[in-house]
Amino acid sequence: MIHIFEGLLGHIFVIVAFVSSLLAAYAYFKGKSRDEGWISFGNKLFYLHLIAILGVIGILFYLIFNHYFEYHYVFSHSSKLLPSYYQISCLWEGQEGSFLLWMFWNAILGIILINTNKFWKAPVMFIMSLTQVFLASMILGVVIFDVKIGSSPFILLRDVIDAPIFKTNPRFIPEDGNGLNPLLQSYWMVIHPPTLFLGFATTVVPFAYCIGGLLIGKSKEWIHPALPWTQFSAMILGVGILMGAYWAYETLNFGGYWNWDPVENAIYVPWLVLVAAIHVMIAYKKSGSSLKLSLILVVATFILVLYATFLTRSGILGNSSVHSFTDLGLSGQLLLCLLFFLALSIILIVKRWRQIPLTEREIAAYSREFWIFIGTAVLGLMAFQVLAYTSMPVYNAIAENLGFSLNMAPPVDIFDAYSFPQLLLAIVLAILSGTGQFLWWRKMDKNKLLDELKIPLILALVVSVFVIVIGKVSEWYYILLLITSLYSVFANLKIFISLAKSNISLSGGSIAHIGVALMLIGILFSSGYSSIMSKNYTGLVWSSEFPDDVNNNNLLLFINELRPMGDYSVIYKGIRRWTREQGYVNEDDLYYTNDPLKVVLNKDTLTLINPENSYFEVAYETKSGDSFTLYPRVQINEAMGGPVYAPAIRRSLTSDIYTHVRTFPEPEQEVEWSDPEETKVTIGDKFFINDYIATLEKLTPVDEINGTKLSKNDVAVKAVINVRGEYKDYKAEPVFLIRNKELVGRIDDEVNDLAFRISIQNIIPQENAVILAYQTTQKDWIIIEAVRKPWINLLWIGTLLLVVGFLIAMRKRYVEFMEMQQI
Amino acid sequence: MKAKYILGIVIIAAAIVIIMTMTGDASSYVSFTEAKDLSDKGFKRSIHVVGELPKTAGGKIIGIEESPDKLSFKFQMVDEDGFKQQVLHANPIPADFDKSEQVVIIGTYKGEIFIAEKILLKCPSKYQEDPEFTS
Repeated sequence: MIHIFEGLLGHIFVIVAFVSSLLAAYAYFKGKSRDEGWISFGNKLFYLHLIAILGVIGILFYLIFNHYFEYHYVFSHSSKLLPSYYQISCLWEGQEGSFLLWMFWNAILGIILINTNKFWKAPVMFIMSLTQVFLASMILGVVIFDVKIGSSPFILLRDVIDAPIFKTNPRFIPEDGNGLNPLLQSYWMVIHPPTLFLGFATTVVPFAYCIGGLLIGKSKEWIHPALPWTQFSAMILGVGILMGAYWAYETLNFGGYWNWDPVENAIYVPWLVLVAAIHVMIAYKKSGSSLKLSLILVVATFILVLYATFLTRSGILGNSSVHSFTDLGLSGQLLLCLLFFLALSIILIVKRWRQIPLTEREIAAYSREFWIFIGTAVLGLMAFQVLAYTSMPVYNAIAENLGFSLNMAPPVDIFDAYSFPQLLLAIVLAILSGTGQFLWWRKMDKNKLLDELKIPLILALVVSVFVIVIGKVSEWYYILLLITSLYSVFANLKIFISLAKSNISLSGGSIAHIGVALMLIGILFSSGYSSIMSKNYTGLVWSSEFPDDVNNNNLLLFINELRPMGDYSVIYKGIRRWTREQGYVNEDDLYYTNDPLKVVLNKDTLTLINPENSYFEVAYETKSGDSFTLYPRVQINEAMGGPVYAPAIRRSLTSDIYTHVRTFPEPEQEVEWSDPEETKVTIGDKFFINDYIATLEKLTPVDEINGTKLSKNDVAVKAVINVRGEYKDYKAEPVFLIRNKELVGRIDDEVNDLAFRISIQNIIPQENAVILAYQTTQKDWIIIEAVRKPWINLLWIGTLLLVVGFLIAMRKRYVEFMEMQQI
Repeated sequence: MKAKYILGIVIIAAAIVIIMTMTGDASSYVSFTEAKDLSDKGFKRSIHVVGELPKTAGGKIIGIEESPDKLSFKFQMVDEDGFKQQVLHANPIPADFDKSEQVVIIGTYKGEIFIAEKILLKCPSKYQEDPEFTS
């Protein structure tokens, strides 16, 4: 039965969300000069708006959870077999869902603002509601005058897909959905999108304070309430970005955490600008300078977030990104949203520009303002560099609209295009973040500064020398990055120690800077000095046509054959499945049931955690006897078309070992067997099968085969053969069957790990012997790539410190703001 | 105000350097004929070619040859001028290769064969293609 009502209700909630945000925006606008009547009306509408959004989310989740595949969104993004925690991620896998997530956070933030800030409520909530109008319009799914506005998540499958089945049977409901993209089946994908979208949503709060402030003529006071929000936003967005990086590292096969993909760049750029904004805002609070710069950076951050949304969702990136985005035909709407907020900001800034005080003071070279300004400039250049490169498809589109062809394609060498320039600017940033801190806290002249910097500088140089020698750092730019980052660590550590003694609540900045410097060192080593462990030492090339790196960097492992690899020996032990009860179990020992989630092993029924995944057991052993096992996975997913691989990572303090399977013999492929070889053996005899020692242990009569009882006229004999494999013994039990005393049946037995199958050709009772026939095939194999990534933990530790630093700083600014309000 | 102006000039100069390097770093979209031309003239940098995979009437891609170890494959690609070219990619076949409508390959010619270092697939809707319903 098609559940029409649920979708209809959902769609009504969408429309209510849109209309209520529009009315709320109007009410808050009317109430901007503190008209309480309008404001409280606006509040009521905004609460209604939140309820409507919760309604939309609730119904969409209800549809997914109950597998209502008659709905296009449910059909496209979920399936019955999906574990329930991934059904939550189905909610935001599609574009509509991710807009919904963004709106949800915006609404929550709006409610927090309504309840915490009286004075700023109307102008700030006006901007918040306006944002919601645009976001809600993206999922509106209404056609007005032949113009489709938004794409609703509550469309029925039959209204989207033009399949013949719907003509003959409009009530048709598919049995199962397309499922969630296997790459997104990671717990990071349960928490990364909500975090990232909370980051997106929080950028609107400083923007709302800024534009709201301009609107009511408070062109400088907005900074105080906006600052803690800006810090919160930078923290959440930063964490969201790094979660994405971590997901890519754990799930994708490109062997890293950052690929300068347009999707990553699009959000990296606003984050840099946001961080720059924090610095100038703090400078403004200290000395009253750079108000105009603060204003521009806060506005730029939000506009860049909208630009990122436009880039990644309008389909304009089509030819330049590995991520493929469903073009929902929203590009016009997205562009309109971007241009609306851009125009609104420009108009208000121009209108109030003369009222904004400008500091006329000369900026001295040893003042903190000067250093903050250079730092902002460097962050701005970093953002500009990435933005300029990522926007190439936009230049092409603009050129095309103007009537000529620009034909710019994204750069091929991403190190030259992104990593190298960013790295150079990061070196400058590290110097600034180390030195700037000293100027921040004390009045300085040249001599005093040099005095303070002596110790960190000497420490940085000494430690660098050791690290360069031990870590064999050879490129000049990595050496510079190492020295400057270490300098930043020590300089900020010195500041931290002196602050910890006096007033620890001020130490946020120094902790965050140490975090960033550690992140830089972590990136330097894990990306610059990752080393391939799976060197192909055999001297054989896979193919002379391949580029050298493919020939050299992959290792072929046959099942149960030990291979030396760097400092390790590795063994591939076969394909495993992951069960809830017993962890990884051998696929060959399992019997499948009608329930795809249930398997039987030795009469125990086990539950598969993810029935679509298979795992390759790869055991590592060091010469000193330490061992560990990795389980890189493959998912054969019909909807995706082919096998999707994911790596497994062995983590240790100083380095990660990253292993992924590049290819393996596909299970459906037909096995090629050798010609049978016959051998006559008596009980107790030893003989060879495929170079393994085998013993015929006994011949026993059997009365059932695969659970079926034999009839009286049938006779069956089973040979029990023990085969000694490399690591364990295997039992092969072929059966010889005589039916109705004349028809002969031979049931062979296959030992997958040892790549043979064996059958009983004949029985010679007078000699107590049997004639066995065996065939061999190629052993199971995988081709792996293993990479060591040194010091990647510094990146994650640095991230944690950055978060801690932000939290401390945010607390301080919030307390300051609250104290100010009470005056 | 002097320091401010010098700084301003430095920033603008840096921005100009970025834009200049960008135009230098940018690759371009070309046809196979142009790519071959460039390669013959000694231009060895990677370029982008946009095209489609030849398909039978039933929608099956023709001309894919997979290496026995499955580490690489060759395929036919028709560029926007209709020129057909054999392409080698030294990686396993990407998961949704057979569903792609448009393909962007990045690489260079090596003799008569085009070596693609990277393949970008454009599946207009990766997860939303019309499913084949059988019931």
